[in-house]
Amino acid sequence: MSEAPATPRSFQEIILRLQSYWASRGCAVLQPYDMEVGAGTFHPATTLRSLGAKPWAAAYVQPSRRPTDGRYGENPNRLQHYYQYQVIIKPSPPDLQELYLGSLAAIGIDLGLHDIRFVEDDWESPTLGAWGLGWEVWCDGMEVSQFTYFQQVGGHDCKPVSGELTYGLERLAMYVMGVDHVMDMPFNDPQSPIPLKYGDIFRQTEEEYSRHNFDGADTEMLFRHFEAAEKECERLLAFEPQDPKSGKRIIMAHPAYDQTIKASHLFNLLDARGVISVTERQAYIGRVRALAKQCADAFRLTEAGADQ
Amino acid sequence: MPDLLIELFSEEIPARMQARAREDLRKLVTDGLVEAGLTYASAGAFSTPRRLVLSVEGLTAESRPVREERKGPSVLAPAQAVEGFLRSTGLTLDQLERRADKKGETFYAVVEKPGRAASAIVAEVLEAVIRNFPWPKSMRWGAGSLRWVRPLQSILCLLSDETGAHVVPLTVDGIVSGNVTEGHRFMGMGRFVVTGFDDYAVKLKRAKVVLDSAEREAAIWQGAQNLAFAAGMEVVPDTGLLTEVAGLVEWPVPLMGRIADQFLSLPPEVLQTSMKEHQKFFSVKNPKTGRIEGFVTVANIEAADGGEVILKGNQKVLAARLSDAKFFWENDLRVAKSGMGEWVEGLKAVTFHNKLGSQADRIERIAALAREIAPLVGADADDAAHAAKLAKLDLRSAMVGEFPELQGVMGRYYALEAGEKASVADAARDHWRPKGESDGVPSEPVSVAVALADKIDTLTGFWAIDEKPTGSKDPFALRRAALGVIRLVLGNGVRIRLAQKVSYFVVQLGFAAKILDQARSKDVGTDRYSAALHETGSSLAPDLLSFFHDRLKVYLKDQGVRHDIIDACLAMPGNDDLTLLVKRATALSETLKTEDGANLLQGFKRANNILSQAEAKDGVEYSFGADPKFAETDEERALFAALDTAEATITPAMANEDFGTAMAAMAALRAPIDAFFTAVQVNSDNQIVRRNRLNLLHRIRAVCSGVADLTRIEG
Repeated sequence: MSEAPATPRSFQEIILRLQSYWASRGCAVLQPYDMEVGAGTFHPATTLRSLGAKPWAAAYVQPSRRPTDGRYGENPNRLQHYYQYQVIIKPSPPDLQELYLGSLAAIGIDLGLHDIRFVEDDWESPTLGAWGLGWEVWCDGMEVSQFTYFQQVGGHDCKPVSGELTYGLERLAMYVMGVDHVMDMPFNDPQSPIPLKYGDIFRQTEEEYSRHNFDGADTEMLFRHFEAAEKECERLLAFEPQDPKSGKRIIMAHPAYDQTIKASHLFNLLDARGVISVTERQAYIGRVRALAKQCADAFRLTEAGADQ
Repeated sequence: MPDLLIELFSEEIPARMQARAREDLRKLVTDGLVEAGLTYASAGAFSTPRRLVLSVEGLTAESRPVREERKGPSVLAPAQAVEGFLRSTGLTLDQLERRADKKGETFYAVVEKPGRAASAIVAEVLEAVIRNFPWPKSMRWGAGSLRWVRPLQSILCLLSDETGAHVVPLTVDGIVSGNVTEGHRFMGMGRFVVTGFDDYAVKLKRAKVVLDSAEREAAIWQGAQNLAFAAGMEVVPDTGLLTEVAGLVEWPVPLMGRIADQFLSLPPEVLQTSMKEHQKFFSVKNPKTGRIEGFVTVANIEAADGGEVILKGNQKVLAARLSDAKFFWENDLRVAKSGMGEWVEGLKAVTFHNKLGSQADRIERIAALAREIAPLVGADADDAAHAAKLAKLDLRSAMVGEFPELQGVMGRYYALEAGEKASVADAARDHWRPKGESDGVPSEPVSVAVALADKIDTLTGFWAIDEKPTGSKDPFALRRAALGVIRLVLGNGVRIRLAQKVSYFVVQLGFAAKILDQARSKDVGTDRYSAALHETGSSLAPDLLSFFHDRLKVYLKDQGVRHDIIDACLAMPGNDDLTLLVKRATALSETLKTEDGANLLQGFKRANNILSQAEAKDGVEYSFGADPKFAETDEERALFAALDTAEATITPAMANEDFGTAMAAMAALRAPIDAFFTAVQVNSDNQIVRRNRLNLLHRIRAVCSGVADLTRIEG
């Protein structure tokens, strides 16, 4: 067992260590997707790239939004905007568990002192029409990651199978650094000329977005935008693929998928506003899933999503 | 005799699947070996989170040679027939034997299959078992196509005999079998070679893996108890949790911690559930205070610091969880103290079933029915109705939202907090019972009334919307609800006419939502609506009653009551009163066990057969009353006297539903009836005597038919 590196001093140091760890293990270090998503899985680098036969290895931070989880910045563990660290490798390598444990060591978790466990947890995303088997990973009884072997995405069997790792960054960092309230966590090095805590950056936004998500957002507009995104997604997928200017056949899988992401986030906002009844809820989820499936179908027809 | 060792090493197998998987491995492999012609002395299977292991001892080194013989066509048969026979056997003409018999010469195909080496058979069987393993859920990984519960990493397969250990060669989806395995993930120190089961078990232990789950369970339980005793506390037993935790670790290291003081005021059920469900902790009780004050967690590693960091981490997670629980508890208490009005409102918005209305609608119905049932179970009607209105309010509480398994338990706490009396509060907890076959039934009258009302409402409702159980499908657990009613009724000796209650219920409460909708949509008048309800009530009740009867038969059969005895009692009036029904069945069952009882049955049947035949033939019913003055023999006169005596006992006994006494009096008729049939010819030439004797037989039938319809008894 190698000597564990020193405990990181800040949130960003944990991110930087993960970035450099996975870069050194051959992953393309991508940047966050530039849209509002509920989880790192929504990034097309995961959803779409887990389809088809082309090998793939990517790692990235993804800012994620869960409007219903807003607590005005007061809850020590809950945020409506937080960060996930996502690793996706296709086909899943045989030593993925070892690689993952190496990443924990890299951020200062001494594997000889802590109790790491892989506890059954099957993952399912009804909005993406996706599921996989795997575990939640426990460190001393605390869930620090989600570890999944994708079996299906957008209704398509994953062949080969991708291995997906998702780290809840705030929670993991708080545990590693021994911080009790997320807002008290150092974001940059506490020795910096201008030390910033997580709360210095996000307390006010958590307040504002909580107010927005629960009370402020215009539901009539959200409903309208949902419809529009749904229509646009379907329109783009039905658009003539033969491009007369380039002479190429171009299927707009990614632009259409952007509209799916939009619809999904709009649904989450409507849900937070409490204007979707229990029965309607299933119907909305089904509509988003239908879009995700169509995008997956389209992506499979493109070069990046092909079988060879 | 070689021994076989198989280890299927994988990434972490879900704890809940391990016991079944090791048993499947044992059965499938040994069955396969036996089917292929091998025998073995013994086989044992083991599991840890990362491996399934099978050890087979005393395996035969090769399978028995097999000689198969098939008779073919005559040697004189047309060429086509012979060719067909050759094709089906795969032999050539000169390989066939010719045997002479009476009809001439016939072709025979004789195929000698030599014995096969165990190694080849094991390889074949194991590959098939791996490829078709019955995991409840399996997956693919990487670029392969094999399915396993989680990625399968290596296969160890060894046959060992006096000459040493030999790897059984096989390759499954790129995984090549070998003689190498590894120990604990963090304490194991690499891969190692093994030579057989004993060597394997010893080396595994050195590599910090306890192979046998029973041994891990014992170590956990012993370790946990030692820790608790040392602190003057005791561990709360939980065998389900013990098995689960033993499936999460290869090297169990129990650690004990204390629950912070600020959480000790939480109800013990909340502490226990939160710790068990979220953290897989055992609860530790302080016998002096009777409270849950500590926990035992089981780590999978001997940490360098003795587990201090691990314990601290676990304690921190627990504190976060219990802070949530405390927040829920305090919020809920606030609602409870203010009378729970918030929850009453909330349940209006919760759909129970889209054809059966909201939870609030349902509670109204249950309350009305509980009021009706209350006098039958000795409960105060107002209390029962009130308890029913409170019993499900905790479904809206934050705590039950987080831990659904605490429904009822929390309801009781909240009702007490709201100032309700104990019997009403207890109903919140106990009206859910019996929750399963091993759960007892409540006996407190208010709880019984609400529990019955709840279950009858559920059954009636789903019957009304035609959502009955079919085959193995019972999504609304209606069989369990019916069994619950049966156990509540019988366990408390409740006298309730179920069919009448169901009809009443449908009519009185306008229950059948389907009918309600139809009536509304067609805009029919109140009279028509009311008529429709009556119709539904009366057509639904018999069907539901026969469902109850079916469940009752299953239940009584489990208690050792014969099905024909149940049928005989079901044929009696008032059969929707289950307590009455069971009283009949018990008395009949007991009587038939006695010699007199069994013989009485024969006498009764004889009397009944003769009488029925005569009645059919003569087209009359012989029920005019027999007169002793036409009796010709002493045996006849004795039977008259015996029937008088028996009736004198039976009539009051029946009035008191004392079926045991009534049956005993009937059984006492056995001797006079036997004597009568021995001495007397019923079908006398004298028509007056014959009629009188038939009327006497009728008396036997009448006297013996009060408890059950004896004609339905077999034998």
